[in-house]
Amino acid sequence: MSHEAGTATISAGLSGVARDWSGDKNAFHVPWGKAMMWIFLLSDTFIFTCFLTGYMHVRTSTTVPWPNPSEVFALHIAGRDVPLILIAIMTFILITSSGTMALAVNYGYRRDRTRTMLLMLATAAFGAMFVGMQAFEWTKLIVEEGVRPWGNPMGAAQFGACFFMITGFHGMHVSIGVIYLSTVAFKVFRGDYESRGYEIVEIAGLYWHFVDLVWVFIFALFYLW
Amino acid sequence: MAAQVEGHQQHPLAIYLWIWLLLFVLSTFSYLVDYFHFQGMARWTLIIIFMLMKAGFIVAIFMHMAWERLALITAILTPPICLLILIGLMNIEGDYTTHTRDRYFDEQPRTSRVLDGHQADHGAN
Repeated sequence: MSHEAGTATISAGLSGVARDWSGDKNAFHVPWGKAMMWIFLLSDTFIFTCFLTGYMHVRTSTTVPWPNPSEVFALHIAGRDVPLILIAIMTFILITSSGTMALAVNYGYRRDRTRTMLLMLATAAFGAMFVGMQAFEWTKLIVEEGVRPWGNPMGAAQFGACFFMITGFHGMHVSIGVIYLSTVAFKVFRGDYESRGYEIVEIAGLYWHFVDLVWVFIFALFYLW
Repeated sequence: MAAQVEGHQQHPLAIYLWIWLLLFVLSTFSYLVDYFHFQGMARWTLIIIFMLMKAGFIVAIFMHMAWERLALITAILTPPICLLILIGLMNIEGDYTTHTRDRYFDEQPRTSRVLDGHQADHGAN
């Protein structure tokens, strides 16, 4: 079929599929890695929205009072309970890491390798700190408060399942991000991107900012609701 | 600022630092909403506004979406509109499930939830 006159580039079957996908048609004027990262993040948006929508549904439909996050996540500091303080600190840590990441992207394009690497490592360190605080939060909830995915002493049984699912999946993203950023930082330091350019730092940055973005929604919808 | 070298996002440092500061301020505001026990519609409005502002600044400036070409912006930002429909439908469904449970299964009346302050809003839908 591909031998017909004038239709040389349009072939049927599997080879047609391969030709169509490798047709060298460029829709987005960005490096392909960046377009792919955006598409991955779009798919991740759908996953997180499904979790948050499921959470919204069980929370609005339960007839038992929902545990008050403001009290559940309070910490006893200096003789009184400060509401949500740990979550607030985690939020600030993640925003700080987002800022250092944005600066790393900027210095990457300036080809300042040392600063780029240091800022990326700082970002990864803040990320690791965030995961550490999350581990502390989980431990406190599981050991001291007795929260389980199937029930808890404070109210609606669905609280635990939603909490572990949503924050666990987000924490996994942060952990993967820490490894990802550390790897790219090492390669920046080694000079791997001197010839092909520093778009890779921006692509890694997109992932990291997305992790921060998801936390913005979790913070508002899970902790502040 | 729209005329960039292809795929190259180089902007002044100051804009990142300002957005960074702004994100801190907005986060503090949303924390204070909880700290000062805003309830009901005021709480919801403030939380959602701060959330959307933070999300908007992160996507537009930190993720450089404001400087991308419209083809990429529309490809990434229009599909989530489907999600808004999902959220809307599940919200209606959630209310329906609650009413069904209240009517047929629940032994205690729903007053215990209404006392929980800001959750009472859902009755409006």
